[in-house]
Order: sequence, then C-alpha cells, then structure tokens
Amino acid sequence: MKMTGAQAVVASLQEEGVDLIFGYPGGQVIPLYDALYDSSLRHILTRHEQGAAHAADGYARATGKVGVCIATSGPGATNLITGIANAYMDSVPMVCITGQVPLSVIGKDSFQEADITGITAPITKHNYLVKKASDLPRIIKEAFHIARTGRPGPVVVDVPKDIFTTTIDFEYPKEVRLRGYAPVFEGKSSEVDAVAQAIAEANKPLFFIGGGVGAAGASQDFLRLVEKYQIPVISSLMGLGAIATTHPMHLGMVGMHGTVAANKAVMECDLLVGIGVRFDDRVTGLIARFAPKAKVAHLDIDPAEVNKNVFTHLRVIGDLQWSLPALEASLRKIFVEGQRSGGWIQEVTRWKEESPVAYQKSDDIIKPQFVIEELARLTGGKAVVATDVGQHQMWTAQFFPFHQPRTLITSGGLGTMGYGLPAAIGAQLGQPDELVLLVTGDGSILMNCQEIATAVEHRLPIKVAIMNNNVLGMVRQWQKMFFNQRYSHTRFANGGTDYVKLAEAFGATGLRAETPADVPAIIAKALETEGPVFMDFRVSDDENVLPMVPAGAPLDQIIEEVD
Amino acid sequence: MRHTLAVLVENRPGVLVHISGLIARRAFNIESITAGYTEEADITRITIVVEGDNRSLEQVVNQLSKLVDVIKIVELTSEPSIERELALIKVKANPETRSDIVDIVEIFRAKIVDVNRETMVIELTGEETKIDALCEVLKDHGIVEMVRTGKVALSRRPGAAKETE
Repeated sequence: MKMTGAQAVVASLQEEGVDLIFGYPGGQVIPLYDALYDSSLRHILTRHEQGAAHAADGYARATGKVGVCIATSGPGATNLITGIANAYMDSVPMVCITGQVPLSVIGKDSFQEADITGITAPITKHNYLVKKASDLPRIIKEAFHIARTGRPGPVVVDVPKDIFTTTIDFEYPKEVRLRGYAPVFEGKSSEVDAVAQAIAEANKPLFFIGGGVGAAGASQDFLRLVEKYQIPVISSLMGLGAIATTHPMHLGMVGMHGTVAANKAVMECDLLVGIGVRFDDRVTGLIARFAPKAKVAHLDIDPAEVNKNVFTHLRVIGDLQWSLPALEASLRKIFVEGQRSGGWIQEVTRWKEESPVAYQKSDDIIKPQFVIEELARLTGGKAVVATDVGQHQMWTAQFFPFHQPRTLITSGGLGTMGYGLPAAIGAQLGQPDELVLLVTGDGSILMNCQEIATAVEHRLPIKVAIMNNNVLGMVRQWQKMFFNQRYSHTRFANGGTDYVKLAEAFGATGLRAETPADVPAIIAKALETEGPVFMDFRVSDDENVLPMVPAGAPLDQIIEEVD
Repeated sequence: MRHTLAVLVENRPGVLVHISGLIARRAFNIESITAGYTEEADITRITIVVEGDNRSLEQVVNQLSKLVDVIKIVELTSEPSIERELALIKVKANPETRSDIVDIVEIFRAKIVDVNRETMVIELTGEETKIDALCEVLKDHGIVEMVRTGKVALSRRPGAAKETE
C-alpha cells in the first residue's frame, strides 16, 4: 500500500497496538502531525516535551505497555532527554519518535538540529536514525520489540523530515530479525538448582526484590515462594508493591532510608537472593560491608547486572516468569520441612516490631508523614501513587502501603524532580478507572507545573498532595546532618508560591490545609471533587527522613534520630 | 591482565560510536581498538584489547553484548590465536646511518617502504612486543613519527568466531 513516511509511522504504531501517544509538535514533525490529524490514534498534547516523555513513562509503568512520545528536532528532542534517561535507569519500555532536519542538511548545524542519536546513545537501549523511508516499518517494529522484551528500556527513532514526506510501499514486517539481540527467557536449570540448594542449606535466607519482579509480571510466582518456604523479603524502592508491603514476611524497604529490620537483615543473613534488582548504591551503602555474612545469589534477565556492583556467588539469568516457578519446582524436590534451624523469622519479626518507621506526631503543625498516613487511610490504600523526588518520595515509600505491582510510579534510579505530575497524567490515562494520587513537594511540582494545563484539559481526576515546606527538604536535610546546618540556597524565599492560586490559574481546584485538623477534611474533599485537585499542605520545614544510613556507610550505621 | 576480544558487529552507521561511547562511560580500561571489514559485507570485526581482572572483563563482555548491533564477542586470550599489529615508523636517516638502519630492518624482517634525503619509512608487521623492540632500537636514530594499527587477532581453530558457542 502506497503511503508517505509519516503515514507509515502512524500505521506502524497502530500495528503495534498503540492507543495513546504523548507529544508536542514542531517544525520537523509537522508532516507526522498532519498524518495524525486523519488517524484514530489518541494524542495527548503536553505543555513541554519533558512532560510528554515522563507521561509516556508513567503510562508505561502503570499499564505495562510501551509508552510512546513524539517531539520535534533540536530543542524538542533535547527536552525529552531527562525523560529518556529516567526511563532507561528504571527499565521502562518507551519508544520516542523525534523529528530531524532533512537528510541533505544533517551535519550542517541547521536550524533546530541536534545529534539526538549521539546524545541518547548512553541513555537508550537502542536508537535509530532513519536514512531510508522504506526502512521505517522495519525500524519501528524493531524499536517496539527491543523496548518491550528482555530488560525493557527506551528506544529512540530519529526521523528526518524528508523521510516523513517520501512515499513508500507500506508493508508491516511480521517478525523481527536481529542477529545481535536475543534476550534469554528460559535460562539454565542447573543455575536454578544451585540456588535452590543454597536456599535449602541456608539458616538465614533473605529475598531482596526490585522493580524486575513487577515488571516481569512475576509477583504471584514470587509470593508463592515466600509463603511456601517462609523466607523474609526486603525490597528496593522500585520493588515496593511487587507483593504487599503489609505482608508479614515483608520487612520493608532496604538501604539509605530503609527500615531498621531490612537493613539489619542484610547484615545478618547468610544467603541473599536478589531478584530483579541491580544493587544500586542507595541500597547497598558501603559495598565492602554489604551482606557481609552472606552468599549472594542473583536472578535477573540482564546478565550485565550480575557481578556488576556486588560480588555474586550464584546467578540465574532468564525471565523471572521462568526462573521463579523453576526455583519453586526445584526447591519442592529437595526442601524438607523443618530442616532450617529456627529463629530467623522470629529474629527479623522482632526487629520489625521493635523499630517500625515512625515520626514525632504533632497537633500544631502538619507532619508530612501524617498526610501520607491519612491519604492511605482515606483511600484504603487503593490507589496508584505517583511521586516526585525528595523527602516526600521517601515518606511515601515508608508510610503508604503498596499492595499491587504497578501502583508506585516513582523515579527510582535517576531521581528526577518534576517527574511526578506528568507521570501521574500518563498513569491516569493508562488506568482511567483507578484513583491516581500524586505526592509531591513544593520544589518538585514547580519543575513541571505547566502540565497542570494538560491534566485540566483532559479532566484527569488526579489528586495531588503538595508537601509544601518552602524548602528543598532533602538537600536541606543533608545540609543539616552533614554540612553544619549551612542552608545554602534551599529555601524558597518570600513565603513561596500560592499553590491554590496556581491550580486555579490553570482551571484546576486548589485546596489548602494549615493545621493537622484540616488534613482529613481536605483529603476527603479532594477525593469527592471532580477533575484535578491540588492540595497545599503547609507542612513542617524541619522534618527529616529517618532512619538514614549516610551515603557510603555500611547498612548497620543507622541514624534513627536527629536533634 | 590483558584480554583480547573479537567483537563482531553489524556494519551500520553509528555502531563504532555506540561501542566506544559505552567503553568510555563505563570507564573500562582499553589498550587498543581496531575495526575493519570481514568476509561478510555486513559484519565489521572490532578487536579490543582490554586490561583488567576477570570480573571487569566479564563486565566489558556483558555490557558490550547488550548493544543491539553487537552480534558476537569471543575472548581470544583463552584460546590459541594469532595476534598481529602493523606499524609504520618514520626514522631519521642520513647517508651515514642508512646502512645501519637497513641492518636493523633485516634483523627484524621489516621493510623499508620509503626513503628520502632525511628519513626512511619502515613497515613492520608482527606481535606487539616485536614492534616495541624495533622502536626501542630505532630510538637511537630518532623516530620522527609513527603509527600503529593496534592489535588484530584470529583464532587458530578451524571454525570462525561467529560460529562459536
């Protein structure tokens, strides 16, 4: 069938089952937008390309589908960069289509030209510069295949303007042929048996889960293992929700702001089984003292993660949907009930009971942790929760109960302030029937507040809790704890911004809570108000995220109190 | 220790950028890297010499393998293989010193490929250490400039690298 390159892009997206794309037009993608004008593909016009990238990311995390975004060449494409890097760090499947200047003027420093394949090479799973219009269907097919299979990630397809306008014979390829790309789904059973043996022999085994468990759709398989063999679980930020954080075997988040129980368990366990994790430095602290008494096993889809940060004794490379059931089957053969010398479960449970995450309650001033507890209480914990980055993110991880995978939408690896609002928009569009909450700070929300307009345009019922303390709280906390209370440039002077008016300026609802007594009523009111609601919680500006293991310290150096 | 890797890649624009960029940003220690055509028109073979322990070698191989354009990586250090490098060395040579240089060239089985009134250009193919040795001797005469290709290597086994497991 004859069509233009632009029409071929649209047709290819439809072949891939895409129903929603995020983008922002500009000079070099006008032909693509012209083709979209006639198509049934739903396009969400964000107010900044960064918003489009994060929204595609949030959509992908909430649904498990590939997020798609479009930007024009040059500044449009460079505005996607933070969003692409964010998706890459957290292994989120995305296809980003960028316009490029016409082939004949590439390399001439043309107007709005940027070498986007060069710029994105370190932050994409793969990228393409399309040089022949007839390659478009194959390249888009490959892009989706690469983005969603194996360890997911973002793929960039850079399309020069004249490629969009060239007429081609469109035929969508049936299969992908890539000699250099064959992710292993089913790995070696001998590797699984070795881990099963180690689990059977261990006295203090510990499961450490990350984002891979939810991403692989292996939560149920994992839960069965936990319950059948009674092995305690710790989680990275990205792993929260893979199984319910309220599960008796769940010790909570590990690492810098992890629970005392989780961090102690790492120090004391004799077998640490990492599952879909990458042993990030925010988790491990000082590598040399990470899990000092343990043999380390690692189950992951990505062979390059094994042995990268932490020395690994046993590995199982393959999809968790294969390896976890295989591990259970292998254990069933060798594990004898009661062979584990007792006391481990009691020990970790005692730590958990002795040192829950806690904060100093107040009747006078709103504590941000209290707001999160109230959000959890009034929603029954049944929500998809997006966050931004900073103290509020850690408090959300600590105080909100996550029961399901894909319910915490947060920038884990890159730590991108400004991610939350566009990500919540993507999540809400992907899960229109779910309640979507955004927990953010006054610093983070301002970084992409233009997207309030997008939320209003589509009447998205996102409920936003702004932990407004007039300070950049996490940096301030470090200044307080490690920089002699020299609060260099972490206060928003002049009383900050009026977030109620900000919301109203965009046509959204703004509410304010000034005292703890206001909090439940404001949340209740927000939940029953249609459309996007922004709640301005005037919270304490001297609150610290605790417990805390200082950066680079071993996990048993836990600070539980700060004066 | 040093490891020699044969990396077979798709012969596509940007593939060298992907590989060199990855090596740089992962802070791997690379001694040399060379690339060229192979018996298959759409495959380029890149020979990389990397310095490091087994764990860092594993990381280099695993990270490079993740690149979609990388088809196969074979470690040649662990198997019998032929390793060669080519050097062109421009050395100062006046009528008095020429015969001495010719003697040296003969001993090393190198070749003189150009001569003028002030210099000679010598071509030598061989293992790295042999080229190092020649350079050492020629230093006395004054090396004006030189270029080395970096190591290329081929397994002695009957099959091709692309067919190994």
